[in-house]
Amino acid sequence: MVLAEATVAEVPPRRAVRRRRFDIVGRVVKPALFTLCLLPLASLAWGWMHGSLGANPIEATTRTLGDWALQLLLLTLAVTPARQLTGWTGVMRLRRMLGLFAFSYAVLHVASYVILDQFFAWTAIWADVVKRRYITAGLAAFLLLLPLAVTSTSGWVKRLGAPVWRRLHRLVYPAAALAVLHHFWMVKADVQQPLVLAAALALLLGWRLIAALRRRGETQRMARATPSGKA
Amino acid sequence: MSRRRLLATGIAGAIATAAGIGSTTVAASDGPAPRSKFANFVKTPWGAGEHLTDYGAITTYNNFYELGLGKEDPQRNAHLLKPRPWTLSVDGLCAKPARFDIDALIAAQPLQERIYRLRCVEAWSMVVPWIGFPLAALLDRVEPLGNAKFVAFQTLFDPKQLPGQRSPLLEWPYVEGLRLDEARHPLAILAVGLYGEVMPNQNGAPIRLIVPWKYGFKSIKSIVRLTLTETMPQTAWNRQAPREYGFYANVNPAVDHPRWSQKRERRIGEFFRRDTLPFNGYGEEVAGLYAGMDLTTWY
Repeated sequence: MVLAEATVAEVPPRRAVRRRRFDIVGRVVKPALFTLCLLPLASLAWGWMHGSLGANPIEATTRTLGDWALQLLLLTLAVTPARQLTGWTGVMRLRRMLGLFAFSYAVLHVASYVILDQFFAWTAIWADVVKRRYITAGLAAFLLLLPLAVTSTSGWVKRLGAPVWRRLHRLVYPAAALAVLHHFWMVKADVQQPLVLAAALALLLGWRLIAALRRRGETQRMARATPSGKA
Repeated sequence: MSRRRLLATGIAGAIATAAGIGSTTVAASDGPAPRSKFANFVKTPWGAGEHLTDYGAITTYNNFYELGLGKEDPQRNAHLLKPRPWTLSVDGLCAKPARFDIDALIAAQPLQERIYRLRCVEAWSMVVPWIGFPLAALLDRVEPLGNAKFVAFQTLFDPKQLPGQRSPLLEWPYVEGLRLDEARHPLAILAVGLYGEVMPNQNGAPIRLIVPWKYGFKSIKSIVRLTLTETMPQTAWNRQAPREYGFYANVNPAVDHPRWSQKRERRIGEFFRRDTLPFNGYGEEVAGLYAGMDLTTWY
C-alpha cells in the first residue's frame, strides 16, 4: 500500500519527463570534431617524440601544419553550403570552431617556418616575403585571417553589429584564395594536390556566387510583381 | 639501429668471404631487397672530415619521381625497379660505340669511394659516400670524336618498373646533359653504390651520375644510355621550367631559384641552416670550367 503510493507519487506527469531535448551538436558533434581537429597536431607531436617524421622533420612539420590550415579553412567554407544543402542548421554551430582551428594551424605553420625552418633569420625571412610570390601570398592570407580570428567572439559580433561583422568576415574568401595560390606556387611539378584544393575552393565560391545571383533575380522578380513596382 | 647492425653484419660478411671482384649478399630483415657489399674499392681523400649523412636518411629521402612524388615514395616503390640484368649503351659521336653489361662494366672498372656533398635545388643537402668510377674512364673506352662537345644521358623508360612515368609530370624518360669537359672532369663519376654497398634502387640503381658541384637533379639516375653530341642536349627540368632550371645548374648561392633562395641550405640531420657555397664548395676544382661565363645568364 505504502509502496504503491510512493510509486505513484514518484512518477511525474509524462510531459515533465521530457525535459529539454538532448543537445546533440553541443554534447556530441562539437566535442568529437574538436578532438578530431587536434589529431593532426597530436600525430605531429608523436612523430617528433618517436623520430618518425622522416629525414627532414622540419619540412614535414611545416608542410603538415600548412596542409591542415588550408584544408580546415576550406572545411569552414563548406559549412554554409552544407546547411543550405541539407537544411540542418545545427552545422552552423561548428563554423566558428572550424575557423579557429584553421587559424590555429596557420599560426603554427607560420611559427614552424619562422622558428624551425629559418630560426628567426629575419633578413632572410623578409627577403622571402618580398621576393617569393608564394610566401607573399601565404603571408597575405595569414594577415587577412588575423582580424577574423580576433573578431570571432560573440562580443565582437555585437560590438560591430551583424552587417558589418558579416562584411568583415567576407575576407575569408580572398584569404582562402591566397592560401590556395600559396600552395600552388610552392610545389615543383606535382600540382595534383593544389589543383584538387583549388577545385574545391572554386566549387565553394561558385556555390555562393550562384546563390547570390539567384537571390538577386528573385528580388527583381518580386519588385516587378508588386503593384508598388508599377507605380 | 637495426640498419647499423645490418651494416655491421654486411661488413663482417664481406670480410669473411673476401672475394676478389664481386659481392656478398646479406639478406635484409627489414626490407624486401637484399643488400650487397662491394668487396673491393679504394678510399679517396675526397670529403675527409665531413660528417656522413645516415644511411637511413640517404635511402628514404629521395627525389626520384619515376618511383613516386613524396620523398619516401621511392623507397616504398623501390622493389618495382629491376636493376639486373642491365645494359648501358654509349653511342653518338665516338669511335667505339658500345653496349655494356652492368656487371661486366663494374668488374672492369676499379671502384673508388668518393665522399661528396650533395646539394639539392630544393635547398637541402647531404654527405654521401658514393662508390663509383670516373665518368672519364667510360668516355675513354668509347673514344669520343673531335666534334663531340656534349654528353647526353637517359634514364630507363619502362612504366612497369618506373610507374611515375605514367603521369605526365615531366616528359619521360628523364634526360640530362653535360658539356664534354664537365663530363671529363675528375670529380664527375658514375656511381654504382653507396656506403660500400650496391646502389639501392631508390637512389638510382644500378648506375647513376654524380656531379657534386651541380644541383642534385643533374645527377641522373638509373642510366641506360649515353650519347655524345655536337649540340647541347635537352635536359628534363629545363624542358619543364626553363626559367627555373638551367642547363648548367651549378650550385650558386648568388643566383636564387625564382621561387626560393639558394643562399642557405639545410643539411639533413642538422637544425640550423648553413651557408651554401659556390659550386657546392668545389670551386677550386671546377670554377675554371666556367671562366669568362656570366653565371647569372648560364644558371
